[in-house]
Amino acid sequence: MSETQTTYNYKVVRQFAVMTVIWGIVGMLVGVIIAAQLIWPELNLLPFLSYGRLRPLHTNAVIFAFGGCALFATSYYSVQRTCHTRLFCDWLAGFTFWGWQLVILLAAVSLPLGITVGKEYAELEWPIKILITIVWVSYAVVFFGTLLKRKVQHIYVSNWFFGAMIIAVALLHLGNSAVIPFAPSLLARSYPVYAGVQDAMVQWWYGHNAVGFFLTAGFLGIMYYFVPKQAGRPIYSYRLSVVHFWALIFTYMWAGPHHLHYTALPDWTQTLGMLFSLILIAPSWGGMINGIMTLSGAWHKLRDDPVLKFLITSLSFYGMSTFEGPMMSVKSVNALSHYTDWGIGHVHSGALGWVAMVSIGALYYLIPRLFGRQQMASISLMTAHFWIATIGIVLYAASMWIAGVMQGLMWRAVNADGTLMYSFAEAVKGSYIFWQIRFVGGTLFLVGMLIMAYNMFKTIGEGRSEDAPVLAPSHA
Amino acid sequence: MNDFSPIVGILIAAVVVIGIVGCAVFLWSQDSAHYTIGKTTGHAWDENLEEYNNPLPKWWSWLFYITVVFSLVYLALFPGLGSFKGMLGWCSQSYGGRTGCQADQYAGEVKQAESLLKDYAPQDIRALAANPKAMETGRRLFMTYCMQCHGSNAKGSAGFPNLTDSDWLYGGEPETILESITNGRQGVMTANDYLGDDKIKALANYVLSVSRRPHDNQLAQRGRDLYIEEAICRTCHGDDMRGNKMLGAPNLTDDVWLYGSSEQEIVDGIKFGRNLPGGKSTSNRMPAWGGFLKDEAKLKLLAAYVYSLNR
Repeated sequence: MSETQTTYNYKVVRQFAVMTVIWGIVGMLVGVIIAAQLIWPELNLLPFLSYGRLRPLHTNAVIFAFGGCALFATSYYSVQRTCHTRLFCDWLAGFTFWGWQLVILLAAVSLPLGITVGKEYAELEWPIKILITIVWVSYAVVFFGTLLKRKVQHIYVSNWFFGAMIIAVALLHLGNSAVIPFAPSLLARSYPVYAGVQDAMVQWWYGHNAVGFFLTAGFLGIMYYFVPKQAGRPIYSYRLSVVHFWALIFTYMWAGPHHLHYTALPDWTQTLGMLFSLILIAPSWGGMINGIMTLSGAWHKLRDDPVLKFLITSLSFYGMSTFEGPMMSVKSVNALSHYTDWGIGHVHSGALGWVAMVSIGALYYLIPRLFGRQQMASISLMTAHFWIATIGIVLYAASMWIAGVMQGLMWRAVNADGTLMYSFAEAVKGSYIFWQIRFVGGTLFLVGMLIMAYNMFKTIGEGRSEDAPVLAPSHA
Repeated sequence: MNDFSPIVGILIAAVVVIGIVGCAVFLWSQDSAHYTIGKTTGHAWDENLEEYNNPLPKWWSWLFYITVVFSLVYLALFPGLGSFKGMLGWCSQSYGGRTGCQADQYAGEVKQAESLLKDYAPQDIRALAANPKAMETGRRLFMTYCMQCHGSNAKGSAGFPNLTDSDWLYGGEPETILESITNGRQGVMTANDYLGDDKIKALANYVLSVSRRPHDNQLAQRGRDLYIEEAICRTCHGDDMRGNKMLGAPNLTDDVWLYGSSEQEIVDGIKFGRNLPGGKSTSNRMPAWGGFLKDEAKLKLLAAYVYSLNR
């Protein structure tokens, strides 16, 4: 057996892990910039740096560049280790890295230029979407190829979630990307094949499941590998993971219509979106319980292990957002919360609190192992990162919740004569203080990422790229 | 609702019920499966990854069952099962022959509230402007419909007229204001680039001079001659440069500037008209609110409020 066959493929994991931190900083910096533009509109200096162009750049960068690289890094790492075999097809794995970086680069150029389909989280024009498809199918080949050549009979639970994510995202991406290129700018403009409310429904079927599979199922995969690993404890309940896995992937597919309450979407469709969102509470919480209860009997480890601090806090935020989401999907609550900053608060308690925190925890676990070190260069900087990030999220989410409820109440307040009690601009004026607090919270989170980058490069500098030998399965 | 044929409706209802009940059946089957508390399943991955086979937390199972039961009850009461309308007959908005829906009820409430205003419709605008209660409503209407362009203090901004001064493009009589609001205004300033940069600069300096602003005397002299020679300006702004309210042509002598008072801004105005290159939209357009508000009382209250601003 050659050298490469006896080691895990850590090269592609290293590449994705480092880029996760880099893209995290870029995406969150753009977030801080647009948060500042809301407070100081003069900062909309040039058309391609204006809020409308940068906002989709921010969402794409944090979800697909930061989140995507985190998913690639952690899934590639954990799938080979839990299958006790090297990653399938090294060159194809390498292609997924360079292909995905190219997608990100194309997004970073085309979105500021105003080239967009205009569908949230699916803004990229069709040539880039085709590239995404090619990279994603390659990812599926590498991932499932590795699963097929596994040396253990049972498939570990983290791989169920990663696998479901890969299949569902492919399905969603293909469904929502059906467009017809439009002359004369064939490469830069297209229109959906669906029309009217059906197009809206397809978009939010995609949009909500991008949250459900990309940002939930995928990151639960991270949780199922890294939490028990770092805690050194078995997963709390195999049975619970079975039930919540199947329930989660079944019900999530129905939840999209809750983005279209009180629109032209027929009532029955809206109702189903709401009810399946409510049914989602328990399946979502199954993952939180399984993660947090895994620590049962080892709670003391939380005191001085910043990796566990990140992982367990992320699960708390996950539990909060997956309760908040179903509540917001209830029609009468949605009538207040929709279109307000409450939605932004909800998204960020999930995106920063859950997605980013669990990724950061996993990366702090990964980076030393990828570069032949026992631990990160500085443990105290990890702890500092944890507290700065946590305070940042709390400021961000709390300010947006308050602003959202305030906006919702002001918009709907009417006088006895039927006139509006507040003009729209009065709600804007009332929001400034909360936007300022949000700006501070977002900046804190970005500072945390910069600390992480310093710590990462210091660790890399002290270590060297090292691929661990493939372990023989243990037959307990 | 006729979104689909009855068969499709039944199919949707069946898939939904099977889906939701299926969740509960699946949960029940797993809930009563065999457990070994505190023991692992016996599988191990990557050295030390193991799983306990603890039972599902009771409270969690109950939470799951409750959401299932809630959903089934909700589906019996509200529309969700295909074409079944639900026992409460609730609907969000009129559709496919349905009436009395939530949106209709809301519209009815708004109409009833607005009927409080109907006494204002026949009244004289001047009288309304002197009625504090009417003006309180007028202010709120202004804050809803007008402030986006004219500002919350009604002083406007570049391209949007100040409503608090005594300078009126189309006239400040109550009836004229009502006309401006109801049917909108579309002012036209033609592009005069054919004059050439030199003549335009001279005209701009002349315009500055009549408003007693800093200007180049020599150019202004030439501009004065041009103003007479080139009939294009006089046609709308008049021989005395005091404008023409019939056309909305501004008074050029009063040092009130809708689009800025610098030489460059005036040059641009003469050269390109009110359709500047580079994406700066200065369309001179006041939207027509009559067809949108469809309520004479509201239109009159707005006119009265604007009229009251410079009293």
